Order: sequence, then C-alpha cells, then structure tokens
Amino acid sequence: MSATDTIRNGEEREPAFGFWRRSYAMLVKEFIQLRRDRVSFAMIIIIPVMQLLLFGFAINTTPRHLPTAVLLQEDSDLGRSILKAMENTAYFRFTREVHTVEQLDELLQSGKVLFGVEIPRGFERAVRRGDKPALLVAADATDPVAAGSALGALGPLVQGALAHDLHIGDPPEMPFEIRAHARYNPAAESRLNIVPGLVGTILTMTMLIFTALSVTREIERGTMESLLSMPIKPVEVMFGKIIPYVMVGFIQAGLIIGIGVLLFGVPVLGSLTLLGLLTTLFITTNLSIGYTFSTIVQNQLQAMQLSMMFFLPSILLSGFMFPFAGMPVWAQYIGEVLPLTHFIRIVRAIMLKGAAMPNLQYDTIALAALMLFAMTVAVTRFRRTLD
Amino acid sequence: MKGDSTSARSDASSIAIDVKGLTKSFGGREVVHDLSMQVKRGEIYGFLGPNGSGKTTTIRILCGLLTPDSGEGTCLGYDIRRDADKIKRKVGYMTQRFSLYQDLSVRENLEFVGRLYGMPDARRAAADMIARIGLKGREEQLAGELSGGWKQRLALGACTLPNPQLLLLDEPTAGVDPKARRDFWNEIHALAAEGLTVLVSTHYMDEAERCHEIAYIAYGHLLAHGTVDQVIAKSGLSTWTVTGEDFNGLMAELTGKPGVDMVAPFGTSLHVSGRDKAALEAAIAPYRDNSKWRWQPSEPSLEDVFIDLMGRSKDNFQG
Repeated sequence: MSATDTIRNGEEREPAFGFWRRSYAMLVKEFIQLRRDRVSFAMIIIIPVMQLLLFGFAINTTPRHLPTAVLLQEDSDLGRSILKAMENTAYFRFTREVHTVEQLDELLQSGKVLFGVEIPRGFERAVRRGDKPALLVAADATDPVAAGSALGALGPLVQGALAHDLHIGDPPEMPFEIRAHARYNPAAESRLNIVPGLVGTILTMTMLIFTALSVTREIERGTMESLLSMPIKPVEVMFGKIIPYVMVGFIQAGLIIGIGVLLFGVPVLGSLTLLGLLTTLFITTNLSIGYTFSTIVQNQLQAMQLSMMFFLPSILLSGFMFPFAGMPVWAQYIGEVLPLTHFIRIVRAIMLKGAAMPNLQYDTIALAALMLFAMTVAVTRFRRTLD
Repeated sequence: MKGDSTSARSDASSIAIDVKGLTKSFGGREVVHDLSMQVKRGEIYGFLGPNGSGKTTTIRILCGLLTPDSGEGTCLGYDIRRDADKIKRKVGYMTQRFSLYQDLSVRENLEFVGRLYGMPDARRAAADMIARIGLKGREEQLAGELSGGWKQRLALGACTLPNPQLLLLDEPTAGVDPKARRDFWNEIHALAAEGLTVLVSTHYMDEAERCHEIAYIAYGHLLAHGTVDQVIAKSGLSTWTVTGEDFNGLMAELTGKPGVDMVAPFGTSLHVSGRDKAALEAAIAPYRDNSKWRWQPSEPSLEDVFIDLMGRSKDNFQG
C-alpha cells in the first residue's frame, strides 16, 4: 500500500503540462544553438534563394542558340541565305567556320559544337539544275534533348524562311534536301546520355562527402591538437587523407561503368585506359575540393551544407540534366568552374564518340587546374596552429 | 637570480625551456601576460594555477601550437617562433583532453605516431611501448573503449614513443584514480632520471610537491617560481594552526579581520594565515586564551601559499 502511495505522490508532484514544458525547453535550447551557428543560419536563407534564382534563370529545356560549325565548300548566295535562315530559327548559332570535313568531325567529337552544317561544292548550280542536292547537317545527339528540338525545327523553318528568297511556289517545294545525321546516338536513347553522366554525378557526391568531413572531424573529436603537435606538414595531411579515397573512387567508377556497359548497354568506344586515367583525375579533383571545404568550415554540419551547395549546381549546370549549350552565358561560366561539367564532356566523348586525348585536352587541363587550385587553397587554409 | 639566468642562457645544453615576455590574447582578452620562465634539462617542472590561468595556452605556445603575440625564447635551443617544426620533432605533448584516435586500437595509435615521426621500425617501437606502459593484452582494444587511467597511460606512451627530449603534460592526471596517479608519477620520475625534461601542469598539491621546481601562474601572470620550499619561504606568509572544537564561529569571526588574510579548514584543524606577522598575531590575540582551541605557529602549506597568491592576484588583475 505504502509503495503505491509513494508512486501516486510522485505522480502528483509532476508539474502540469510536463510534456509541453519539456518539449518547450528542448525547443528553446535548439533555437539558441541555431542562432549561435551563424553560418548555418545564413545558409538557411541563402541556399534556397540563391539556388532558386540560379536554376530558375539558368535552366532551359528547349535550348536555343546552340553552337554550330559551318563547312562552306562553295561561296554562294544561296548558301548564305540558307545559313541566315538557319540562324533566324534561333536554334543555331554559328560559332566556327571550318575548311575540311576532318575539322568538322573534330569539333563535334570534342563537344565544342553540337551541329555541323556542310554546304557541298556545286550546291547552288545543282539547285538551279533542279537536281535536289543534299544539305548535310550533322548533329551531336549524345544529348537527345539538345539536338532533338533543333533538328525537328530544321526542315519546316528553313523552308519557310527560304520560300520568300527563292520565289518558289506555294505549296513550296524544296529545291534541295536537308540530310540530318544524328551522330553518336542515332536512336536518341536517353540512357546513352544519362549513364555516362551518372558516372560523374555519383562520383561527385560520394567523393565530396568523403573528404569534406575529414578535417572538421579531427577538430571536433579533439585529435587535431595532437596531430598538430606532431611534425606533419599540411600537404602531408592532405595527401594522406585524399589518396585512400582515390582508390575507393576508382572502385566505385569501375562499378558504375561496368553496370552501365553490362546492364544498360552503353558502349565504350574510346580507350578504356584513357577513361580510367581521366576518371582518376576527376576523382582526385573532387576529393581535393571536398578537402578544401573541410579546411574552410567550422563543423561537420557546415561541411555537409557546403557540399550540398556545390553538388546542386554540379547536377543542374554541368550539362548532366539539361543541355549545357542551352544555358545563358553567365550560367555556362559557372558551369565551367565545376569539375563535373568537364568530366561529363570527357566521359560522353570517350564512351559514346570514341574520342581520344587530342579532343579532350581542354577539359583535362581544366580538371587538373581545378584540382591544383583546390589543393593550393586547402594547403594555405589548413591552420597549423590553434590560433 | 638575474645573473644566473643570463649565464644559463648562453649554456643552451643545460636549459630546456627559456622564454621571455610571452603574451597571448584571445578576442581582446589577455590570457598570458609577459610570462618568462626557465626550465633546466632533466628537471620535472610543475605548472600550477587556477582554471583559465593560461597554463594550457603557455604549453601550447611552447610546442608551437600557438604563436605568441609578443615575447621570444627557445625550446630545446630552437626558436619558438621560427623553428616550430624542429621543436615538434623533439617534444612530446600530452593534451588535457584525450586526443588520440578513439576508433583506432592501442597498437594502431602507437604505430601511427611512430610512423609519423619516421621511426625506422614503428611496429617494434609500438610493441615495446605497449609492454612498457603495461598495456600488453590490450593492444587490439580500441582507444575509445579504454578506461580513464588506461587512456592516460596510452597518451603518455604515445608522446614518449618518439624519444622526445621534452615532455609537455597538460593536466595529465585529471580524473584519474589515486593508484593510477601514483604509478603515473613514478613513470614520470623514471623518465626524468633518463634525462627527459618534463613540464607538467596540475591542480594537485601532492603532485606539485613531487616536482623539482614549480611555477604558479594566475590570470596569465607568473606569480612565483622555485622549489616548493623556496616558494613557501618567499610567500612571506605566517600561519597558525588551530586545533579544537567548533571552528565555524571562529572562522566567521576571523574572516575579513585586519591582519587575517586567509582562513581555511584542513580536516580537524584550521589554518589562519596573514602576510603581516605582527598584524596577524594582534588579530588572533583575543582568541588565543580560549580553552576551546589550541594555537600553534606553523609553516604555511603550499596550498595556503597558492590560495593566498590567487587571492592577491585577483585583487591586482581583476579588481
């Protein structure tokens, strides 16, 4: 009896609304802690606003003004009219003029242009003779979205624009034929485009997280104090923390590419060795960037937030999800600083176009430069003292 | 004393730590103020002072983890500002908070340290150290799972592994049981006998008495240094020990009386101290005839001296 009494007395002493009081106490504490962490607090505002504005303006799924190269085998009024008509469709933007078919192929393979237009020798004469010659349009169809709408618009739009110039009858009958050739991915299968891109996207996400926490973890666990009192240099800490994950990343890349080839039937037309080498470079670049983050932030939460802030633009502005060429120029500049942009070009070029090193120089150098930049920042940012 | 220090400065081999005028502030608050000290080689030097007095900061400056705002000096003959890398090779620093890898085993932690210092056979050195610190049989246990006393042994093992010439131990025995504490000090004396210099910060008076020399630091100021006897003698404190019954009333009455600077109970006795011997005697005179208590002039304890120093420094630097 007395035992039950005590329990009952104990229950009576429990303050009213105990559940709410305790929840409230916890809530107040969390708010105070949140307010103290200024960086997190700022990110609460900055991340959504910045990302919304950035991506809202940058992303365009029906891209226009796509870079196009022209191979003029003859200099004729008709040729010029056709090019003008194409440019007027707003889908094409002539960025290069080449003189040989090889140059045209090279530009397409390296991804510098998405289209190549060839006006063959004797084109105008053939038209006048009524031979219906062919106007050749080669498209880089690795990204079916980018190439598709432009190719679809090609026939009718050019025809309409030319109708006036050529004084042809109504219904207009085309005096020449537009022969479009979707290269690299003729069936416009999106998985051929997506799978190589996924190699880069998955690696970006995993690699970044591996190293983004590495330095903050040492600081938060208190091991940094010991480490700093020992004779180790910032570069040595960095290499020691990056190299194990290069191997992890290499295994991961092998896994993704292997599944891509075996399960999704994505080809590897180019050199597998080159793909391996450049993938390793890309992995190292991402690890360096993650490591740099960890030398900048103060705690693991901030490291995660910074990684997210880097990861989202990587997905949206790199050409992985949306055509790179379709983005406004300022967004393309942002894209150029993201390693994923360069790697996606590289991996698509090697796997789908069979590209070799000479085609990929620019993107390789860009990746290496980003890696060195990140490493330099990390080594200079790494605090050797507890000051 | 001054003449001694200049001649010693030239003879670098006999002095392990020689710093002058160290000052360090954090966020506008001066944590270490114009601190100068010398530690002889092969000596155990105790570093005492209340919490937040600047002990840890000073130790961190000495091993290159912090850069002083001003001041200069050498550690093992190397300039503390320029040669931090060289100092780190020869100094073992045991942090206040356990700072080895909790998710590595005892052996892995020691091998890591050995490799980091470029020891030719880190594996062997780690195995020897495990035997020396009595952790045999626990090599594969994760450091995070060790009890406080074992952690502290492992930490000492890790910082002595690369055969340093100087050990900086920041409150190494905080939270450790008396037996482990005694073993630890025996080990420190053994290391010092081998020629190692040890600078150790502590709050325990019995540990201070085990040091060859001590320094007392409060609010960033080094207030006293020397051997325990020298520090007590230099304090100029006179102490009376009172034994008897019912101290509570006496304590209340004596506290704050002119001439009485400190009243502290020590178990069954009471220490009444004052800086001015005559004033103290005048103050206690009315109570000396009371039969309840027995009054005896005595030596102040180290603790009396420190608490007095602390009280005085508080007046000087905080008030």
